[in-house]
Amino acid sequence: MNNFGWYEPKTIEQASAAMKSDGALMAGGIDLLCMLKERLIEPKRVVNLKSVSGMRTIENGKTIRIGALVTPETIEGDANLRKRATVLAEAASVVASPQIRNVGTLGGNLCQRPRCWYFRDKDVFCLKKGGDRCYSVDGSNEYHAILGGGPCFIVHPSDLAPALISLDATVKTNTRTIKIDEFFVLPEKNVHAENVLEPGEIITEVELPAEWLDAKSSYVKVRERPSFDWALTSCAVAFKMNGSKVSAARIAFGGVAPIPWRSKEAEEELVGKEISESTARTAGRAAMADALPLADNPYKVELAVNTLVMAALQAVQ
Amino acid sequence: MAQRQPEWANPATSKYLGKNIPRVDGPAKVSGAAKYTFDIVLPGMLYAKIVRSPIPSGTLKSIDFSEAKAMKGVRAIIEDLGRNARFAGQEIAAIAADTEEIARDAVHAVKMEWETSPHISSTQQGLTDPSRTRVGREVNRGEDPASFWNSAAAVIEGEYYVPVREHLCLESHGVVARWDNADNVTVWCSTQAVHDAAGEIAGNLGIPKSNVTLICEYMGGGFGSKFSAGIEGAVAARLAKMTGKPVKLMLERYEEQVASGNGPDAYMKCKAAIGSDGKLLAIDAQLAGTSGFGGGWGLPFPYIYSVPNVRVKSTSVSVNAGGARALRAPMHPQACFLMESVVDELAVKANLDPLEVRKANTDSDVRRRQFDLGAQMINWLKRSKGKGEGRYRRGIGCATGTWGGGGGRGSVCTVKIGKDGSVWVGIGTQDLGTGTRTYVAAIVAEELGIDIKKVKAEIGSSKLGLSGGSGGSTTAASVSPAVKMAAFQARTRLSELAANQMGITAAEAVFKDGFVSNADGTKKVTFERLCSALPAGGLEEVGTFNPDLQAGGAAGVQFVEVEVDTWTGLVKPIKVVAVQDCGYWLNKLATESQLIGGVIQGLSMALLEDRKIDERTGRQLNPNMETYKPIGSVEIPEIVPVLFATHDKVTGIGEPACIPTAAAVANAVFDATGVRIRRLPITPKRYFDAVEGRR
Repeated sequence: MNNFGWYEPKTIEQASAAMKSDGALMAGGIDLLCMLKERLIEPKRVVNLKSVSGMRTIENGKTIRIGALVTPETIEGDANLRKRATVLAEAASVVASPQIRNVGTLGGNLCQRPRCWYFRDKDVFCLKKGGDRCYSVDGSNEYHAILGGGPCFIVHPSDLAPALISLDATVKTNTRTIKIDEFFVLPEKNVHAENVLEPGEIITEVELPAEWLDAKSSYVKVRERPSFDWALTSCAVAFKMNGSKVSAARIAFGGVAPIPWRSKEAEEELVGKEISESTARTAGRAAMADALPLADNPYKVELAVNTLVMAALQAVQ
Repeated sequence: MAQRQPEWANPATSKYLGKNIPRVDGPAKVSGAAKYTFDIVLPGMLYAKIVRSPIPSGTLKSIDFSEAKAMKGVRAIIEDLGRNARFAGQEIAAIAADTEEIARDAVHAVKMEWETSPHISSTQQGLTDPSRTRVGREVNRGEDPASFWNSAAAVIEGEYYVPVREHLCLESHGVVARWDNADNVTVWCSTQAVHDAAGEIAGNLGIPKSNVTLICEYMGGGFGSKFSAGIEGAVAARLAKMTGKPVKLMLERYEEQVASGNGPDAYMKCKAAIGSDGKLLAIDAQLAGTSGFGGGWGLPFPYIYSVPNVRVKSTSVSVNAGGARALRAPMHPQACFLMESVVDELAVKANLDPLEVRKANTDSDVRRRQFDLGAQMINWLKRSKGKGEGRYRRGIGCATGTWGGGGGRGSVCTVKIGKDGSVWVGIGTQDLGTGTRTYVAAIVAEELGIDIKKVKAEIGSSKLGLSGGSGGSTTAASVSPAVKMAAFQARTRLSELAANQMGITAAEAVFKDGFVSNADGTKKVTFERLCSALPAGGLEEVGTFNPDLQAGGAAGVQFVEVEVDTWTGLVKPIKVVAVQDCGYWLNKLATESQLIGGVIQGLSMALLEDRKIDERTGRQLNPNMETYKPIGSVEIPEIVPVLFATHDKVTGIGEPACIPTAAAVANAVFDATGVRIRRLPITPKRYFDAVEGRR
């Protein structure tokens, strides 16, 4: 990593201003350290968000507001979240490793950069880093996107994001409020970033609206190495029930697309139906109907279908 | 009077040997008191880093060190390590600086311009380019296999692949070099060959080996990749000479994975036949693989099975990737996976019990008995035979391997006993992690009948007696006889002393629980008391190799039960039974740990490990432990190590337990699901690719 200065702002405004003058924001510092060590970024200074007070609590009211600096470990262990926003607690419980769950943050988890092995190699000048080609499209792409890809085929690495999509969360920043459905951007819109945050914009909290609290929800993540790995595929589901039938559904996949991938096709397929292996499978197939796998990742299609089945069955168990 | 003969203690009556001996250096390791090369910090020490080629193939057009040289804290640069790149990561230059951070920044500041040339990234790619291939080992035995294809009970045909794997030493390769004066250098080196590495450094520097003190008291894993002090050793010693300061050079994790060795891959296209009597008839195999840019490639095939009609053609492929080094039982896990897959497929296709087929085609009675024992322990009869149903399916598979493990001459051990009763044993071997220091101490303690804590065991220095590198599982079988002989001779001298001092016969002297006595215990003194009668200089005995105390040839079989989640393609190992021919085990605890460790490495090979080089860029895609995935502790199942003694000589078993595991896992996956995975590792991708008929 390069030599950088260290800045401890006392307010969000100071942190934001520092970011605008070549400062890299640090919360848990998990992904930031990777980016620095690989020299993927060489900021003049690192801005420690943890020197700003607040953003560390979970506020339970009509809605649930979770501060940006809350750790996955806290989310996983929060009894109220486990009961009312099960999908989020389950997602938090499978983030990375116990050590990382203790240190990482909600805001950082949403803003982490992709794990694409071309992007992570400083000597490969790919599209996302301002180069002129995506190396994965005809390269080694077993971990890459099967939906929403092009011109770049990363998958979004966050576990919390699909869960938050299934709960229709709202992201609050120092300047505005953004619906989670509008927070992430596909590479066809902006290949250099994965979300809509402007320079100097900082997530301060995430709000779970009352409407989806207490939904039947669940998160399932499939990993090659179950103890510590990124998702090959993951799926977050939330169902509002009318008796034994689904009255409304929100479903999002991880590991399949450059953004956490909401599938309205799957949601529509399940509304009005009981959850069973068969209805869930039909919904999974609907979600993957437009999948365009690359040479090495056709396996992800069937795997994603099954991941939805597992999540749906677990949600109504 | 008959001479007392050196023989290993009977575990029924021994205090240490053959029993569970906790490692004597365990407390030092867990408390941090043990100092590894990585831990060495000397006053005024500089840190060195290596400049590497970013491209896989080409010639350096220009290199500009001006920015690096201008950096504050940069002390010396070796500018001429290399000019041609054969792989991405080739050593080009090296820089020493006041801190590790400055050294890294300086490396980053070096500007290189390259004339690139075409590169080859994989064995498969290289096979299409005649300039990259070389004919390797061939076998022509019996009739032409093709003459059996029509008459056999079953014929199978397929393509198989084991990828390149890496060593993943937790302590990276590296050294600290310090010139003590103009002629003598001390080098701390993470190595599995203390004396060889000292000789190599001396050769590089043009000084006698006796001017080099090489120290490796503790090391964090080698697995076959640390026989040499390597480029790191040569560079650090040169930089230390140039600057007059100690220099430390430890590889970064990505360097460790691109440039410090790997275990070759193995590709096979094969057709094979079996008779209705379960006898293997014929095999025709085209094998290929790569050891990197240079170097030959080959593996033992058709491995341990007796096949009368064989055609094997091997092709060694030159690839632009880091060079191979020995990796725990070099080439055996690969050969085992290839052959054991073939045997399993043939048995299934001929409707025969795969276990009976294995037994019918091996010459080894030991192996047949091991198969029977293991089958009983895993409950072979409950296997699914490829007809499992439902989401989760269980299956059982097995495989067998072979290994040498015998010792050799060249170890020199010294035992010194002081007038105060202090006991010191020294030998210039090293502890690769296998517990060498512990059995060196235990052998002496056992022989002299004293507490192991009273024996000071020193290893890991080239100033101690000669001993070979730790390769081929030879260390225990080479070192222990020399230690035993030194201790045995020392005891003989103490027995004579006892005879003089105590009025007993030397032959009847008993050394037990810190006392020396006559046979019936009526005359008894403490060990220290006896030693006080030694002359002022105490006694010193030098032991060397004794072939009667060791033997080679270790068969092993493994049975694995897995559960396959057919919704995810994830294979979960449930239980592994590892039956291993061990000879005489010096330390039961450490021996069982070796088997467990071997199985874990085999499971990691079966399910996860796969070095990937990008075809376009020629760069390794996963030079880290995030995407090159060693197995985690959570994934490790019940492992039952079974020590199967066939003789009473010491045999090395550091390697063989890692051989059969991956093959047994693949066969278990087939037994569970009816899906044959011919390409490792068995990931969800491989499972669905096989189910859905993709290659």
